[in-house]
Amino acid sequence: MNRYPVWKYAIILIALLVGSLYTLPNFFGEAPAVQVSAAKSSVKVDTALQGRVEEALRAAGITPGLMQLEASTLKVRFDTTDQQLKAKDAIQRALAPSADEAPYVVALNLLSRSPQWLSALNAAPMYLGLDLRGGVHFMLQVDMPSALTKKAESLAGDLRSALREKSLRHAGINRNGQSIEVRFRETATAEAAQRLIQDQFPDLLTTTSPDAGDIKLTASLKPDAGRKVQEQALKQNITTLHNRINELGVAEPVIQQQGLDRIVVQLPGVQDTAKAKDILGRTATLEIRMVEDSSEARAAELGSGPVPFGTERFLERNGQAVIVKKQVILTGENLTDAQPGFDSQTQEAAVHLTLDAKGARIFRDVTRESVGKRMAILLFEKGKGEVVTAPVIRSEIGGGRVQISGRMSTVEANDVALLLRAGSLAAPMDIIEERTIGPSLGAENIAKGFNSVTWGFAAVAAFMCLYYMLFGLFSSIALGVNLLLLVAVLSMLQATLTLPGMAAMALVLGMAIDANVLINERVREELRNGASPQAAIHAGYERAWATILDSNVTTLIAGLALLAFGSGPVRGFAVVHCLGILTSMFSAVFFSRGLVNLWYGGQKRLQSVSIGTVWRAETSAGSGDSSKGLNRP
Amino acid sequence: MEFFKIRRDIPFMRNALAFNAVSLITFLAVVFFLFSRGLHLSVEFTGGTLMEVAYSQPADLTQARNAIAALGYADVQVQNFGTARDVLIRLPAVKGVSSAQQSEKVLGALKQADASAELRRTEFVGPQVGDELAADGLKALAFVVVGIVLYLAFRFEWKFAVAAIIANLHDVIIILGFFAFFQWEFSLPVLAAVLAVLGYSVNESVVIFDRIRENFRRFRKMDTVGIIDNAITSTISRTIITHGCTQLMVLSMLLFGGATLYYFALALTIGILFGIYSSVFVAAAIAMWLGIRREDLIKNVKKEGDPDDPNAGAVV
Repeated sequence: MNRYPVWKYAIILIALLVGSLYTLPNFFGEAPAVQVSAAKSSVKVDTALQGRVEEALRAAGITPGLMQLEASTLKVRFDTTDQQLKAKDAIQRALAPSADEAPYVVALNLLSRSPQWLSALNAAPMYLGLDLRGGVHFMLQVDMPSALTKKAESLAGDLRSALREKSLRHAGINRNGQSIEVRFRETATAEAAQRLIQDQFPDLLTTTSPDAGDIKLTASLKPDAGRKVQEQALKQNITTLHNRINELGVAEPVIQQQGLDRIVVQLPGVQDTAKAKDILGRTATLEIRMVEDSSEARAAELGSGPVPFGTERFLERNGQAVIVKKQVILTGENLTDAQPGFDSQTQEAAVHLTLDAKGARIFRDVTRESVGKRMAILLFEKGKGEVVTAPVIRSEIGGGRVQISGRMSTVEANDVALLLRAGSLAAPMDIIEERTIGPSLGAENIAKGFNSVTWGFAAVAAFMCLYYMLFGLFSSIALGVNLLLLVAVLSMLQATLTLPGMAAMALVLGMAIDANVLINERVREELRNGASPQAAIHAGYERAWATILDSNVTTLIAGLALLAFGSGPVRGFAVVHCLGILTSMFSAVFFSRGLVNLWYGGQKRLQSVSIGTVWRAETSAGSGDSSKGLNRP
Repeated sequence: MEFFKIRRDIPFMRNALAFNAVSLITFLAVVFFLFSRGLHLSVEFTGGTLMEVAYSQPADLTQARNAIAALGYADVQVQNFGTARDVLIRLPAVKGVSSAQQSEKVLGALKQADASAELRRTEFVGPQVGDELAADGLKALAFVVVGIVLYLAFRFEWKFAVAAIIANLHDVIIILGFFAFFQWEFSLPVLAAVLAVLGYSVNESVVIFDRIRENFRRFRKMDTVGIIDNAITSTISRTIITHGCTQLMVLSMLLFGGATLYYFALALTIGILFGIYSSVFVAAAIAMWLGIRREDLIKNVKKEGDPDDPNAGAVV
C-alpha cells in the first residue's frame, strides 16, 4: 500500500541532485576582481588585450588569479582587495593613459569563486539585489511634453525656411504649445502652404480656420509621429546614460526602460555614491543658437536695456551675460562627439566637435551666412540654461568637424568636452525615485537574513522532532529539501534576492510546515480511531492532500497579487513567496511520503509507527505509551 | 507528546454570538483609530527623503535635530533606528532641490556637529511615485480579495467564500488598527506582510471548511452545529501547532532580522495570532449564520439513497 514505484524515487533523486548542484555556487563566496570592458563598440576585447593586461600586472608585481575572457569583457580575480585596487591602477595606466581617450573601462567587481565546472553548467550564485549588495538605484522620468515641444519648435523653424524658399508670404509663424500656427492673408497662399506641408512634412496634420480676417493654418504632429518622437527621445536618453555610466567604471549596470516614459538605473557595488548621483543627476540638454548682436542686444547684455523680442538672456560660465536668439539651430541630437585637444595653429586648448550629416549641412549653411557673428552653445539643466561657450564664426565650416578655441585652459577644455558629450539628451529627465545603500549595510543585511532563516529553521525542526518523533524527523528533512530546492530555483532563474526576499524564505518555511502538520495529525487521528498503521499512513496522506492543495492555492493568490502590483524589494518578496509555495508542495508531500514509504512501506506486519503520542480518550492512563518508538521485527 | 487531549467536541458554536460581538467591537474600535490617528505612512507612500546615519557612539538626537533645523527644515523627524548609534532622518520633499543635494547638505550639517556621522543609506521617493505605490497596494488587496472569493466559491460554495473573506479581512483591519494605534511605521514590506497574512489566514478557514465537508459526508445524522463543532475540535491541534511553528520563524525574524524587518515581522505576528481567532471562531460562525447545509457541499445526496430509510438495501 505505501510503496512508491522506482520512477518516483528516481524523480526525487534527480530533484535532489539538481538542487544541490545549483545551490553549490552560493557557498563559494566572492573574490575581488577587476573587469575590463570596451567603452566604444569599435574596440575589441580579445586575447591581445589579455596579453597586455598580463604584462601590466607582471610589471606591477601582482600575480592574478583566474582570468576569464568573455564576449565583451575580461575578468581577472585576485585574492585580496588590496591586490584588486593595485591591479586596477596598473591596468588603467597601461590601457588608458589619458582619461579622455579611454577605449576601455576598468572597473572593480566582485566575482563568485565557484569553480569552472560549475560555471560551465550555468550554475551561478543568486543574484543579490541592491539592499544586499550596496549600490545606487534611480528611477528617472523623461519629460515627454518637453520633447514634443522641442520637436514642434524645430519644425516651426524648418517650416519658416520652407515657406521662404517657395516664396509663400505669411503674416507670422509661432509655436503655440505643441502645434504651429501660421497666419496668411489670402486663401490661395494658405492652400498652397497646406499642399507644401503635406508634401514636405508628412508628419504634420494641418487644419485651416478663419481668424480675424486672416486665415490661420494650424499644424500639429500626427499621433504616430508624436509616439515615435517619444520613443526616440527615450532611446536616446538611455544611450546617453550608458555613456555616462561607463565613465563611472561600474560593472554590470542596469539601465532599462520602464513603461512609456521612465528609465530605471541600477549601479550595484558602487562605492562612491555621491559621485554617481552627481554624474547622473546632471541631466542636461544641448542647444546651439545664434547670438544676437544688435545694439539693443548689447544694451541688454550690459544690463542697461530690456531683452529684445525673439531673444533670451543667458549667463556664461564666467558670469558674463549673452543674448541669444530664440530659434534653435542644432540640438544635442546632431552632436556625435566632443573631444578636448589643441588648436593646430596656435597650440591653444580647444574643443573638437563632430556633427552628424544633417547637423553638418545645417551648420555649413549657418556659418556661410554668419561669418564674423557669434554662435552660442547652451547647456540646459532643469530648465535653466547656461552658455558653455560663445565663439566667433571665422569662416564657413563644412564637413561637420568644428573646432572651438580661445580663452580656455586645458582643464576648461576637458570640462566643456565632457559636458557636451554627456549633455546630448533628447529630452530632460528628472529623478523621481532614488535609493542608495552603503556597502557595509548590504553585508549586514545578508547576515541578518541568513540568521533569521537558520535559527527559525532550527527551532521548527527541533519542535517537530520532539512532538512527532520519526515522522517529525521526516518532516524536518522535507523542510530542508524545500529550502534547498528554493535556493536552487532562485539561482537557476537568477531572480533577484532582496532582504524582504530572505524574509519570504523564512515565512515560506513557516507555512510549508503546515502541510506536514496536517499529514501527521491526520495519521495520528486514524491511529486513534483504530486503523492499522499502514492504513493510517495511507489515509493520512490521501485525505490531507486536498486540504494542502486548497490552502496553498489561496496563499499563491496573495503571492501573485504582490508579484503583479509590487515593485522593488516587495517584488523580491513576492518572487520568493510564490516559488517557495511551489517547492513546498513538492517537498512536503511527494518527498516526505517517499521517505515514509522507504522506511515503513516494505514492512507487511507493521505494528506501530513512531509518530509520538497517539492519545486515546477511552483507554486508561499509561496505555498512551505503547505506540512510542519503533517496533520492527 | 500530545498537547491536545480532548475527550469531547467542544461546543464552540454555542458562543458564536459572543465571538462575533467581540470581533465586531474590535472592528469598530480599529476603524475609529484608523480615522482618528491615521496610519503612520513611510516615505515610500508619502514621498520625501529618508536618510540612515550611523555614529561611532550613541547619537545625540537633539543636537542632530537642531543641526538640521538650522538648514531651514521646520518639520523633520529624527529618531533612533535599531541601536542607539543609528539615526533615521525623514525629510519632506522640497520643490526644486534634488534629494542628492538635500542629503548632502544635511550630512554636512550633521558632520559639523559630530564628525563621526556616516551615511549608510538614503531613499528618495518623488510624490507621484508615492501615490502610485499606494494605488498599487490597494489594487493588490482588491485582487487578492476577489481571487480568494472566486476560488473558495469554486471549491466549496459561495457562503463559505463570503464567510472566509469577511473573517480574514477582519484580520487585515486589526493589523492596520494596531499600526494606527501605536503609530508604527507602515511601509511597503508591511503591506506585503498584510497581504501574505490574508492568504495565510484563509488557509485556516479552508482547513476547517474541508473538515466540515468531510463531516457532512461521514456523519449523516449530525446537525450543522454539531458538525461544525466537531470540525473545529478535530482541527484545533493542527491549527495551533502550525501557527506556533510559523510564529517560531517569525520570532527568529523579530530577534535577528534587525530594524528593517522589525515592523514586517510585527505585522506577521499580529496576523498569525488573530488569525487563529478569526478563522476558527468568526469564519465558521458566519458560515453557520449564512445557513450552510449538507446539500451545499454534497450534490448527489439523493441519488445515493437515504441510509436512514429502513428499507434501504432491501431488494425483493
